[in-house]
Amino acid sequence: MKGYLPVIIGMALVTYLPRVIPLMVLKDRQLNDKVKKFLQYIPHTSLSVLIIRGILTSSQDMLLPTILGISSAAVAAYIKGDLLLSVFVGVLVSYLLLM
Amino acid sequence: MVEGSYKRGRFKEAIVESMPIVLGYFPIAMAFGLLSKNTALSLRDTSLLSAIVYAGASQFMALDLINAGVNSSSIILAIFLLNIRHIMMSASLSVEFKNIPKKFLPILGAGITDETFSVVSFNKDKINLVYVSTIFLLSYLSWNIGTIAGYLVGEILPASLQASLSIGLYAMFAALLFPEAKKSKNTLVLFFISGIVYAVIYYSKIFTAGWDIILAIIIASALAVLLFDNKEEESEN
Repeated sequence: MKGYLPVIIGMALVTYLPRVIPLMVLKDRQLNDKVKKFLQYIPHTSLSVLIIRGILTSSQDMLLPTILGISSAAVAAYIKGDLLLSVFVGVLVSYLLLM
Repeated sequence: MVEGSYKRGRFKEAIVESMPIVLGYFPIAMAFGLLSKNTALSLRDTSLLSAIVYAGASQFMALDLINAGVNSSSIILAIFLLNIRHIMMSASLSVEFKNIPKKFLPILGAGITDETFSVVSFNKDKINLVYVSTIFLLSYLSWNIGTIAGYLVGEILPASLQASLSIGLYAMFAALLFPEAKKSKNTLVLFFISGIVYAVIYYSKIFTAGWDIILAIIIASALAVLLFDNKEEESEN
């Protein structure tokens, strides 16, 4: 029975530091407008990248449920604007396709 | 930035808006707990992973690597690469967390995941200590309780349900992103730019595990600054 404690602590450190250091270091900095704009686009670009990545890396049998689940949630959110409902629609669509 | 909102609680809103994460995390964490048990990790190590690493994809990847007999330093490096995208998210939040006292940041920062970052970023006007910490804490609890539940009774979850719920988190990303298109057409343009940039990087196969994500985020955000900067002057705050 080998313990994984050292690996887990190492993993915890390399996960924690990227999450905290930029937050702490940039907090009181006066950033110029271009940099600020750049940072404010990150929610849009990172979500877009994660969505596309989810589609590109999904396995063959998950591809269609993934694409249709994501797009139905997007459409529902665009029309109704309700987050929880839209996610529910997306999950339902992909569940029906996976059954 | 919204003055005065710091004092006002946004507890209820935070609970409602964290629900997609809480409901999405729980079954995925269960799947993780079960897989971890089948990888022969102890309950202690499994719950420790969720408690102090707290990174969905990384934890699944770690199990994969442990299973394959990969050595410790390579595992840690792989996890680091997978998580460097959080540098960008953390940097982005530093702009939005202006009215949160600095002493809370070492704790709040630990709660940054793709999902919590997304919900908080797309509700910028609500950001205060109560709002952010409620969302972060509930998500964290869901992930950790789910992990233990999965380790103990994970077999009860049908595979098709697990799979569709994991799509649910992507559905949440889409549900947060696309209503923004009503405010600005740039959202859609940026979606396609980001998608194309990522696809090119992904298929070129030069950059792997993590570098591809952060590089795509940097290039797409820089392109956005170049393309939209002069046109769109109305601030989004």
